[in-house]
Amino acid sequence: MSYKVKLDVFEGPLDLLLYLIKKNEIDIYDIPIATITEQYLEYLELMRMLDLNIAGEFLVIAATLIHIKSKMLLPPDEKELLPEEEEDPREELVRRLVEYKKFKEVAGILQDLEGQRKKMFTRDIPFEVEPGEVFFEASLFDLITAFTRVLKDVPKEMFQEIIKDEFTVEQKVHDLLHMLVVTPAISLFELFKNSKNKTEIIAMFLAVLELIRLKEIIVVQKKNFSDIEIVRNEKHRLNTE
Amino acid sequence: MEKVQIKNIIEAMLFVSDKPLFLSEIKSVLEGPDADEIKEVIAELVGEFETQGRPLRIKEIAGGYQIVTDPVFAPWLKKLYKTAGSDRLSGPGLETLAIIAYKQPATKPEIEAIRGVNVDGVLKTLIEKNLVKIMGRRETVGRPIIYGTTQEFLQYFGLNSLQELPKLEEFNFTEKDIELPEHLQKEEEEFKQQEGGNPDVQADGAS
Repeated sequence: MSYKVKLDVFEGPLDLLLYLIKKNEIDIYDIPIATITEQYLEYLELMRMLDLNIAGEFLVIAATLIHIKSKMLLPPDEKELLPEEEEDPREELVRRLVEYKKFKEVAGILQDLEGQRKKMFTRDIPFEVEPGEVFFEASLFDLITAFTRVLKDVPKEMFQEIIKDEFTVEQKVHDLLHMLVVTPAISLFELFKNSKNKTEIIAMFLAVLELIRLKEIIVVQKKNFSDIEIVRNEKHRLNTE
Repeated sequence: MEKVQIKNIIEAMLFVSDKPLFLSEIKSVLEGPDADEIKEVIAELVGEFETQGRPLRIKEIAGGYQIVTDPVFAPWLKKLYKTAGSDRLSGPGLETLAIIAYKQPATKPEIEAIRGVNVDGVLKTLIEKNLVKIMGRRETVGRPIIYGTTQEFLQYFGLNSLQELPKLEEFNFTEKDIELPEHLQKEEEEFKQQEGGNPDVQADGAS
């Protein structure tokens, strides 16, 4: 039996470094690289022991620390650079740490503001929208969200079929325009419901995007995450006629 | 129109509105008084709310005016709306928002460079919460998507404008600043040791 412990104290490698600097009461502008590198690696080891997934970002900073450490061990190249031009190998890391620390403080301020704001209540129950009355234009994001939702609902077994290229975007554009002649508004989810497989859904989705691009149709939504309706872009049609 | 009536109309509008009302909106409804007059009336109204022992306040949020409850009554209102106030933003969420708020329009790599971690998931959540929006693309190589904060961001934090955030330069640390928290810690320890002592003694001890 193994224990899995969640230790999400550190938001990232820089956060861990800041913690070590604070813990050791170190001046951020004069970091004893050897000590900090050692402690940093100890923490990574601890995280590994705790069965934590060590994100690649932690390793990047570990490599950076070791790189700086090795650079500082080497004697400065006297021939190439004048002493005053010699750059402290830690400089870049310190700059990043200071920058990160600033935003961490701001995050703290935001957190305070959030707390204060949560104590002030406002009227936030909008009047019930009359169905079919108010629409706002669905964004590309809403479309993609709807699309992924549809993909999720496709039965898994179908993935095993080898399907010929039987659905084309062109055909779907055609179909869609025909459908819109018969019915003024089509629900996006209904549209995908009859699709046989992923290819057809993708072809259909691309057809929808294509028609939006051509300004033939517009997509509207009653509220966030609700169904999306496809309607003819009357304005466009009038303009072109 | 009499001033009293203007005041009453404004209060009624603020009462009904579920979002901050802009001065321009109020002005176009009233069709008469100019912006300065309206501002003056609102200032009076703000004063009345505060001095007449009412549980409501008029706050300038996101560039508009909104009626909010006095924070004092939060405990009761939280009981009324059982879920309200429970979902706070996560640490990574706040950090990412902080970066976007100051660096906007910012690309994902720019945010990641500062935070040192991938921000895919956090960004998605912030966009879903409508605190961050895609502002378009930067016209450079790869045309990366750029992000910025929304009107909702200001509302969420009760800010009137982004200018209300502290200046980033105020966070410039000198070596002394870095040491300061430790001094305070020591002072605190000292203070704890001489518990019950005069607070003035602590100040002397620190010098």
